[in-house]
Order: sequence, then structure tokens, then C-alpha cells
Amino acid sequence: MLTDLSRRSALKATGLVAGASILPALPALAAPDTVAVAMDAIKKLTGGKEPVKGKIKLNLPQIAENGNTVPLGVTVDSPMTVDSHVEEITVFVTKNPLPIAIAFLFTPESGKAEASTHIRLAGTQDVIAVAKMSDGTFCIDTKNCKVTIGGCGG
Amino acid sequence: MSAGRIKQVLSALGFAAMAFAMVPAAASADDAKPAATEAAYVPKGIPAPAGSVFKTLFSGYQFRSADTRAMQDDDFSNPGMLSVEAATSEWSHVDGEAGKSCASCHADPAKTMHGVGTHYPRWNKVLERPVTLEQQINLCRTNNMKAKPWAFNSENLTNMTTFVRYQSRGLPVAVKVDGPMSVWFDKGKSLYYQRIGQLDMACSNCHEKYYGKHIRADLLSQGQTNDFPTYRLKSQHLVPVEKRFQGCMAKVRAKPYKIFSDNMIALEVYTAWRGNGLPVETPGVRN
Amino acid sequence: MSVPRLRVPKTAKKGEVITIKSLIEHPMESGFRKGPDGKMVPRMIINKFTASFNGKQFFGANIQPSVSANPYIEFDAKIDADGTFDFAWTDDKGVVTKAQAKITVAAA
Repeated sequence: MLTDLSRRSALKATGLVAGASILPALPALAAPDTVAVAMDAIKKLTGGKEPVKGKIKLNLPQIAENGNTVPLGVTVDSPMTVDSHVEEITVFVTKNPLPIAIAFLFTPESGKAEASTHIRLAGTQDVIAVAKMSDGTFCIDTKNCKVTIGGCGG
Repeated sequence: MSAGRIKQVLSALGFAAMAFAMVPAAASADDAKPAATEAAYVPKGIPAPAGSVFKTLFSGYQFRSADTRAMQDDDFSNPGMLSVEAATSEWSHVDGEAGKSCASCHADPAKTMHGVGTHYPRWNKVLERPVTLEQQINLCRTNNMKAKPWAFNSENLTNMTTFVRYQSRGLPVAVKVDGPMSVWFDKGKSLYYQRIGQLDMACSNCHEKYYGKHIRADLLSQGQTNDFPTYRLKSQHLVPVEKRFQGCMAKVRAKPYKIFSDNMIALEVYTAWRGNGLPVETPGVRN
Repeated sequence: MSVPRLRVPKTAKKGEVITIKSLIEHPMESGFRKGPDGKMVPRMIINKFTASFNGKQFFGANIQPSVSANPYIEFDAKIDADGTFDFAWTDDKGVVTKAQAKITVAAA
């Protein structure tokens, strides 16, 4: 304890403690607010319409072993007929440099509104899938994925 | 510490390799408990053969997440299969002054290469030393095809090594360490237990004593090589086994052995033997 | 670019929905990464994928740098007749890699 205190006072004397306390604030200042950018992108897609939950399911691991290759799947409960089908499913990534990861484009001939891929996640974040239906409505699902920092990269 | 040095250290810790270096992962208290959802998975091993240092052998596969295991299991999701595909056409590609391809001598790789990938590194009578599968492919190229050898870690050589080993997928690793190999085995064994680098660690410290335990957010494996060349999610390409060894050595801040050096080959021989009996999984998918 | 890997069933029942898997070799250079020389590596990705059946597009994807290297895409198709699939991957330079697959409708 004593050593701790003296270490802290020594750090304080050199101004390191003060420096450390402002550090966490720095990334917020330096990096653009990617979450807000993603939310804006969603609004742009839906034209301000409120997407509904349910119907759409986003499959993503709760914990990704490596952020470079995260398996992702989306599926929407839809009859996929000419009258009623999913036109597009857009996957938004809230902490990556760009807000959209991929947009899947469907037609009634797709048979199912279902697709999978592997994506990159630059850290723990919410991933949001928004489906655009042929009747102009939207549905939404959000999953959080924790990206772990590996033990030894090698 | 200079900026360059800091960069080196960060890169050694794996940060620079992140796809988006701009937004590093935020360290939070939540990161402390990573594998909670995977607690249900119990690694499945096989009984080790007599004389093994382990009671049970575990492929590195057993320590990976369900998603990574699924990626390896599905040939259409396993990115390492792209290399197998690429080498399939390379197999019959004529190269070198002799006007030959691999297929000139080894017609149907599914038959002629079946089992070959299980017993490398293997004793070479002419050279009187063990050769790795990579070296054997290059010996074929220089001696029989009169073609230029491929560079280590080049796409061509790693693809071909993967392709040859893939023909033995599912067969047990069976590296021979008797006869003239015993000298190399002994050398490899002493290197395996030799502490090296600034962190003063031996292979055994992680992969024998602490396998199955966490190193930060990651699970330590037995350091088996039955999946190599293996597709690493981190580097997003196939990695040859000696390259991986170099990575480990750099991580304990030691000077890595040179590729194909006596020390490196001795270590590869010994490490392969520690996995004798495990099925070949090439191309594996690892973190 | 290498030859894409595709898994398409050879036959299907009329009206059946089949699953197609595709994998293509590509580094998907994000444009957000620094190379060994400290300079940003320029962006070079596959940005578009299309899947057509008998000349009509039934599935597609607009791809961004957040998709992993060696893009893997799995999707479905409803089969009503014999025909040919055309798949196309377009990269940032406009280079298009194409692949084909045939399917026949088996008698139920």
C-alpha cells in the first residue's frame, strides 16, 4: 500500500496521473462518432420510418474469437412471393470506420430471405440488420458481439 | 522508446494486424470473462499413444470457438480450401526444364499423395537429414522438374503443401523418430523445454503445462501441428508451421530460429511426434 | 483472382429452394490499414456480387470493406425449371470474375 501511494505521488509529481485521466476522453474527440453515423445511415435507408422488431433474425456470435472473421447470418420470415417479399437486408456495424458492412439484395426467386457471410468487427459493438420489405415497411434486429483480444497473436 | 519501437511492440502484441487499426478494441471490464458462453463445450481428445508426454491428445481444434470449428468443418466456409483448389490446377502445371508437372510422376494425387502428409518431417537418405514437406516439394521441383524452388511462405509453396497434406486429411499423424531421426528428436526435445527470450519461456510452459487454460482471452492449445498449414483468422491466410513457430518465439521476445535451420527442423520433428495419432486436419482454421 | 469455389446442387425438385455457397479468394484490402512502410494501403475490395438464373438476377450483394478477406456468401434460390446460374464478382478496379453452374429439375 505504501509503495502504491508513493508510486502514485511520484507519478503525480511528473504529471502522469493528470495525463492518464484525460486519456480516455481523447478517442471520443479524435474518432468520429461511428454509432451516430450508423444511426444516420439507418434513417437514410428507412426514410425516417420506424423499423419493427420481430420477423427478422440476425445471427452473430456473442463472442467472436477474432474480429477479422466473424460469421454472420440474417433471415427474415417472409413468404417471398411477388406481392410480399424482402427486397434488401442491410447490415450496419456501429463501431467500424464505415457504417454499412453489406447489403443483401433479394427477389421472389431467391426463395428465402436468408443469407450468410463473414465480416470484420473493429472491436466489441452492436451489429444491426434492417430489412426492407416489398410493401415499404422495415424490420430490425440488433445483436451485440464482443470481440476478444487474443492471448498470443504469434 | 522511439515511435518506431512502440510500433514494433504494438505489432508484436498483434494490434497492427487488426483489420481496422483506426479503431482499436476498447478494453473494458467485460473483456475479463470471455469464454462464458463456450463453457458448455468440453474438448474431445484421443488417448495418447504409449510413450507420449500427454495422457490425452487434443487437436488445437478442440480449443477453438464453435464458430471457428464450424468454419473449418464446412469446406465451403473454410477459406483454406481456396488454396487446395489453387494447387489442384498447379498440380498438372508443367514447370521447369524437364518439362514435367507434379502429375507427370504422381498421376492421381488423391491416391499417390494419400498418407504422404502424415509422416513429415521425414528422413531423407540422400541428404542424410530430415526434410519437411515444404522442402520435399522443392526437392521434387529442383531434382525432377528442373524448376526453381518456391520461396518459403510463398503462396505457391504454402498452397502446394496444404494440397498434399489435405490428401491425408483424417489419417493419423505418424512421424517416425527412430533410427537416424533419434538425434533430431533429442535435439528437438531439448529445444522444446529450453527457456528462451526476454520472457524466458519454453514451448512447454504454455503448451504442456497450461494447455486448456486462458492466456488473456484466448485458450492455450497443446501446440499440435496436425492442422498445418492452417488458416489463421488473424492473418486471414494460410500459415506454414515454421512460420507459426517463429511467431511464438517472437512473442516470448526471442530471436526466432531461421526457416529450415537445424534447430527449426528438429523442433518441427519433435512437435509433430507429440501429435502422433491425431488426425491430419489440413487446412485447419485457427484464431 | 482465383477460380471461385461454388456449391450448387446439380438437381432440384420443381419449386424447391436450394442453398448456394460461394467463396472467392481476395484480400479485401479495407483502405483503413497501414502497410509495413507505415503508409495506408489503398482500398481494393470486391464491392459487388450478383447471382442470376437464366439471365435474370435473383440475388445480389453490395459489399463494403467490413466484409472479411476471401468473401464467403451463402444464399438461396427457388428452382422452377432447368437452367444456368451466372455468378459475378466485381472489384474496385471494375474487374469482373465470373462463374457458371447448371441445375436440372428432377422428376418428383
